[in-house]
Amino acid sequence: MHPYQYIPATNITEAVSALARYGNRARILAGGTDLLVQLRGERYELDAVVDAKAIPELVELTLDGGLTIGAAVPCYQVYENLAIAAAFPGIIDAASLIGGIQIQSRASLGGNLCNSTPSADGICPLIVHSGVVTITGVDGTRTMPVEEFSTGPGRNALGNGEMLISINLPKPAAHFGAAYQRFIPRNEMDIAVVGVASAITLDATGQKVESARIALASVGPTPIFAKQASEFLAGQTATEETFAKAGAIASTEATPISDMRGTIKQRHHLVEVLTRRTLVQAVRRARGNA
Amino acid sequence: MTTTEKPQEFNVVGTRPIRHDGVDKVLGRALYGADIRLASMIYGAVLRSPHAHAKITRIDTSKAEAMPGVFAVMSGKDMPLVASGALDLGETVDDTAFTSDRIMAHSKVVYKGHPVAAVAAIDSNTGLEALKLIEVEYEVLKPVITLEDAMAPGAIVIHEGLIGSDLGEQVKNTNIAVHNRLEFGDPEAAFDQSKTVIERTFIISRAHQGYIEPHASTAFWAPDGKITVWTTTQAPFGVRKTISALLNQPLSNIKVTPTEIGGGFGGKIPVYLEPLAAVLSKKAGRPVKIQMDRRAVFEASGPGPGGTVKVKMGVDDKGKITAATADIRYGAGAYPGASIGAAASGIFACYEVPNVRVDSYDIVINMSKTAAYRAPGTPQATFASETLVGELCEIIGMDPMEFHLLNASKEGTRRPDGPLFPRVGNEGCLLAIKGSDHFKSTLEPSAEGKLRGRGMASGYWNGIGNKSSVTINVNEDGLVSLIEGNPDIGGTRTTIAMQAAEILGLPAEDVHPAVGDTDSIGYSDLTAGSRTTYATGTAAIEAARMVIDEMKKRVAMIWETEYENIEHIDGMFISKVAPDQKFTFKEAAGKLGQTGGPVALTGTVNVRGSGGGSFGTHLVDVEVDPDTGKVEILRYTAAQDAGKAVHPSYVEGQFQGGAVQGIGWALNEEYYTSEDGVMINSTFLDYRMPTSLDVPMIDTIIVEVPNVNHPFGVRGIGETSIVPPAPAVANALADAIGARLYQTPMNPGRILEALAAKQSGK
Repeated sequence: MHPYQYIPATNITEAVSALARYGNRARILAGGTDLLVQLRGERYELDAVVDAKAIPELVELTLDGGLTIGAAVPCYQVYENLAIAAAFPGIIDAASLIGGIQIQSRASLGGNLCNSTPSADGICPLIVHSGVVTITGVDGTRTMPVEEFSTGPGRNALGNGEMLISINLPKPAAHFGAAYQRFIPRNEMDIAVVGVASAITLDATGQKVESARIALASVGPTPIFAKQASEFLAGQTATEETFAKAGAIASTEATPISDMRGTIKQRHHLVEVLTRRTLVQAVRRARGNA
Repeated sequence: MTTTEKPQEFNVVGTRPIRHDGVDKVLGRALYGADIRLASMIYGAVLRSPHAHAKITRIDTSKAEAMPGVFAVMSGKDMPLVASGALDLGETVDDTAFTSDRIMAHSKVVYKGHPVAAVAAIDSNTGLEALKLIEVEYEVLKPVITLEDAMAPGAIVIHEGLIGSDLGEQVKNTNIAVHNRLEFGDPEAAFDQSKTVIERTFIISRAHQGYIEPHASTAFWAPDGKITVWTTTQAPFGVRKTISALLNQPLSNIKVTPTEIGGGFGGKIPVYLEPLAAVLSKKAGRPVKIQMDRRAVFEASGPGPGGTVKVKMGVDDKGKITAATADIRYGAGAYPGASIGAAASGIFACYEVPNVRVDSYDIVINMSKTAAYRAPGTPQATFASETLVGELCEIIGMDPMEFHLLNASKEGTRRPDGPLFPRVGNEGCLLAIKGSDHFKSTLEPSAEGKLRGRGMASGYWNGIGNKSSVTINVNEDGLVSLIEGNPDIGGTRTTIAMQAAEILGLPAEDVHPAVGDTDSIGYSDLTAGSRTTYATGTAAIEAARMVIDEMKKRVAMIWETEYENIEHIDGMFISKVAPDQKFTFKEAAGKLGQTGGPVALTGTVNVRGSGGGSFGTHLVDVEVDPDTGKVEILRYTAAQDAGKAVHPSYVEGQFQGGAVQGIGWALNEEYYTSEDGVMINSTFLDYRMPTSLDVPMIDTIIVEVPNVNHPFGVRGIGETSIVPPAPAVANALADAIGARLYQTPMNPGRILEALAAKQSGK
């Protein structure tokens, strides 16, 4: 393993200037559950690792209608907060699913996002909760929707000297529900063959879909916002039949490959199954009988 | 419990004392292979081949040698290839030349991960960086990965020097190391006369033992030629013999200390790192430690072989087996030695088969050499035979339990490889399952539309006896130290101590067992073949009897009477002539100094055979999600013959552990390998062993049909439990989904395909 400089940053300016100085030879360290494994596995070499856990904005977790999750907030803090769990169920499904308890006490949703794997459990729920990321670099701060953040396997929108500060989720509308499910051959400690997050907002009767958002994991080079399936659901009656149709549409938006974890055919099929199942679960939550 | 005669009475055997090694393990004090730290020790790292098959055209280590912090660099020239010869490791016999070449490549690499060079450096990171400075040029050859390619006429030959044996005839230019045949009766004629005959072909993936502790070895080659090795192994005396043969050093110059071992299952019988650490140590003049990482363990140690097994079976109109044949083909990996012998003798061992033929093939391919894996070779073969029996029962409309009972092998039945069974527990296990709550329960349908099914299968493992030594030292406080030579992978330290305690009349806690190094205990064969509690236990009984005999002499001296007048009853020495004269063991031990000095005695044995082996029957309920193909194990019961369970908790643990490993083979474990022979899923993330959340509590039933070959009736039980699970699960899945799978792993993708094929009527 190539030796690297460990830089504990205490504020954003320090961190971004270190990133700018080392360019792509530096990375941010939050929980380290991906970074340290990748370094030891010699996936890449770094000259500097910038520890962000002492930067106040990165460990902020604020619920004020909307939710701000600092980029280095560990998963357990998110799912152990009952108010967050009630308002943002899709996030909780993922945060309590990533790794085991030890991993969840270190790993962050922000890190999951920056690691940018197509199979990330954390990204799709952020997409369907209409998450927006805040990014700061030496030239200032910008924002973008989560679904635009990943650009390829292990690649994302962060430019040279930029870092993720936080993820901001708007306050859910009334009659909103969300869910994330993944398929794994085992019951734990595994990586998604397919993951699907669904969010749904029903009308006051609880029978009609006002709007929906569906996102797919492990079926393309990035997590995929299933736009057509999402748009199809607006105005539809919330029935399993409708959801099965949405699943079929979502399946056409997936572009999976065959690998050791599953085949193309199996993954298309699982997108249909999990889209239907997450929509059913989201609706149950929207109706308040989760 | 099923017993057929009045059982012996025991005080210690059959109880459940706290394990002697428990506290050290719970507190993290136990020293495993990687925990060895010696003064001035340096760290080795191994450069491994990226290719599965290539000629080495050039190795230049000069840059690595010049790197600061590097003490020594070695390659094949520093460990010259030794001549071909027999390397008898107790359970198996390897070839010295192949072993030498497997551990460090010489002119050619024959598997991905094959060592081509190694360094020793001040720390492991420096060592890993130094590996990057070693230049190796390869002429890449086409790898031979599939059995079809390996066996095809005109196949690329992996080892020009390999002389194959085809039914005893020598064959050159071949990848088929061995083709054997067992045969009696006339199967073809019997098939012709049968009411029903079916034949199926099964494919089994190679599967890794998945022990938590990676291989780790430390060696110090002193200037006087003495080589000391600390290593995680099942076979310290085998390590000594292998180092002696490969490095051409006198056997007695080598001392091997087995460390605590974090799992073996057969995979820690072969030598991998020890000779490399020794050669590097000689060059550097310091102790050298080498550890594998998990990828090296998966790619370059020895999993159990995969292969194909074709089975044919015929029955008459009553469901009685008329004949059976099998064609077993295993991929040995880069050197010969897949466990085809046990596969052939085990495949029909559960049945009375009047006409039988079993062909078996040991085939060399460009993957790491396979090793023993719990009942080596037998789970693969039995997956085929027991799944076929499940389907045959469906076809003839017979309950599988009745089929098993009708056809069960028993005392006097001839096993396909010749021996007649002595008294064994096959029927006992079947009846134990038949009488279980699980068997009598009704499998309720799922409320959520999932598919449920139940299946059963039996399995057999013979095991071995062989050579063991146990030394008992009587301490002056009346406790005893027991030294044995078998690394403890299954609780054997305690079960051996308990057998000694039984004879000595002491509680198990008063016997302090330790696993000795090769200088401090007499020769002991490896911990394998379900032999340790059985054979080394026999040596412990022998040693304890010698101790009691000697102590009776000492007591006779004190009481000034004849040896014949001393009895040893319930731990007390009693005079027959003066009944008020009594010594406890402790009292007698305290007087040894006055009666001739210490009592330290060694029992040695060479136990012939296993006494018949251990049968097991497993019953499983599964649930399948028809939308995803995911399988849940709902309920699982394992019954097995232990002869006499020395420590029932350990016996239950072995039944459960084997069942869980077998469930892993059944459902998800496989070597997902590229066409180039590269294992792609060489991590615990993607090599999917069951976790604690994937299996229910495994219920166990200990059947006790005493082993005529052991003083207490003990049978070796460590391995049988991995044999029935895969076919039991296959039969349960067939019951659940109404379609059959003929390939492991029976993973969700394959189950979905089977369901889809069934729906489309194919």
